[in-house]
Amino acid sequence: MDDRKTIGLAGTMAGIALAAGGAAFAGFLAQRHKQGDDDAPLYTRKRPGTDNPIVGRTVTIRKPREELYEFWKDFQNLPSFMENVESIREEGDARIWTIKAPAGRTVEVRTKIVQDTANQTIAWRSVEGSDIDTNGEVSFADAPGDRGTRVSLVMFYDPPAGELGRAIAKLFLREPEVQARHDLKRFKMLMETGEVTTSAHTNDATRKAKQQENEA
Amino acid sequence: MRALTWHGTHDVRVDTVDDPEIINSRDAILKITSTAICGSDLHLYDGVIPGVRPGDVLGHEFMGEVVETGRDSTLKKGQRVVVPFTISCGGCFHCKIQQYSACENSNPAEKQDMSATLYGHPMAGLFGYSHLTGGYSGGQAEYVRVPYSDVGPIVIPDHLEDEKVLFLSDILPTGWMGAENAEIQPDDTVAVWGCGPVGLFAIQSAIVMGASKVIAIDHYPHRLELAKQLGAEVIDFRKTDVREALMEMSGGIGCDAVIDAVGMEAHGFAIDNMIDIAKQKIGIGADRASALKQAILAVRPGGRVSIPGVYGGMTDKFPLGALMEKGLQVRSGQTHVQRYTKDLLEKIEDGTLDTTFLISHRLPLEEAPRGYKNFREEQDSWTKVVLKPGMEQEQAA
Repeated sequence: MDDRKTIGLAGTMAGIALAAGGAAFAGFLAQRHKQGDDDAPLYTRKRPGTDNPIVGRTVTIRKPREELYEFWKDFQNLPSFMENVESIREEGDARIWTIKAPAGRTVEVRTKIVQDTANQTIAWRSVEGSDIDTNGEVSFADAPGDRGTRVSLVMFYDPPAGELGRAIAKLFLREPEVQARHDLKRFKMLMETGEVTTSAHTNDATRKAKQQENEA
Repeated sequence: MRALTWHGTHDVRVDTVDDPEIINSRDAILKITSTAICGSDLHLYDGVIPGVRPGDVLGHEFMGEVVETGRDSTLKKGQRVVVPFTISCGGCFHCKIQQYSACENSNPAEKQDMSATLYGHPMAGLFGYSHLTGGYSGGQAEYVRVPYSDVGPIVIPDHLEDEKVLFLSDILPTGWMGAENAEIQPDDTVAVWGCGPVGLFAIQSAIVMGASKVIAIDHYPHRLELAKQLGAEVIDFRKTDVREALMEMSGGIGCDAVIDAVGMEAHGFAIDNMIDIAKQKIGIGADRASALKQAILAVRPGGRVSIPGVYGGMTDKFPLGALMEKGLQVRSGQTHVQRYTKDLLEKIEDGTLDTTFLISHRLPLEEAPRGYKNFREEQDSWTKVVLKPGMEQEQAA
């Protein structure tokens, strides 16, 4: 958190989807199965009166664990289903995410992999030089029988602009929980069907085309 | 192209809209040759389904000629196909176990939230049936984009004319699944509420499945006559006490299976039905379920309740006690159309099933608004409307 540089409002808003406190996230990963009395993931816990900073979602995808892991491991694939991520490029061991922000702006997020266990887990966090702080973890586990793989995406975030930042982000549909849910569904579609489902009637009416139009 | 679009309650119009395009590689574009107005389109027309937006192209019963294909479509230009109203990806868990109408991928990610909130799970994509089910443009148009065209459409042999096979898109498999969900046995007495298209096809299916007696319930004389011609005994609910009659006609036992082919806009005279109508009008979303309530009381203990009729919201005063105390089995759901199309096409080809008796009116697409109005208001004589985009206006019957 200490090395976060001052950023503009647009950057703050876009960053919320991925923003996280690194140390807090590590603690969360360590403790998420220990807190509380039941076996449910921490992010499903009721917390009246507080803003739940943990975002998580699981989908079951009818594909082998290895195939899904390999696809995700190549971060350049992620923009094909992450709607607000324009591109991810590699620079040494860092990955530079170009993320769409409201009003046609973009912000850059610089991350490094903090855990990579083949066919099981990939975790990343932001490093110095990133516009915003972010942490994420995706894990892959066999589903029963021939149901494929359970894929869980967990993010811990600590909105820099607090409640106001979240509210503004929500207006722009960049609200992290919604974004994570939709992105994971698109990942599932892409893996199971080879394409991201759209009900658009013409190419100009797809969400992608409309987004580009808004940004132009 | 020209297309039938929704503008509000009882306001549909034929407008000029953009031609559809191939977007994903498994897409195909059809030139529509025949498309029908469905009883469930009247729920959209009556404004009781949420998530319909002005300009939406309606229609989920259609067939046509393939005019364009994406790279991974298995269809070929020039083929004639009937398209299931349920959109199914073929790759998810539910498609693999043939529960096609529960496809996990056919409703776009950003459209899934509304139905997930309402029902606990998102609905699959359906053609022309609100943004709750994906916001897809429907087939009451000159052209339509068909996603996952390698999974849904069934190719029709040239010698079978449109009208013989059009209803494979929805109402025939829906009637068939309605009967199948009733688990009909040879000695059964089966009662069917509603002699609209789905009810009539459920009657026909129950008879093909070997039911000993099928009893049809409605109040439109012509529709009851059609049921009679199919081999059913009939009850006019305006003249007869339905539950008492069913008890007598089933030898004092009650019906072994009951099928509610009416759904959310049931007619009825009970006071709670009037309250439900009022709630539906002011948008609380209570379904009028008088047919279903009656069916649950009429079925024998241990009997089966099948619900092909469409419901969208909640219902009040549901006879839960009767359901539990009589030990009933209930099965329902949007039709898993792709599961039935091949077998039903064979039954049409060998003459076991003929569904053309249902068609009362054929109209050019331009006259679709008149079709909606009359299908709703003249239910006795307008049993089924087929729209033909290629038909000249003066040819209309």
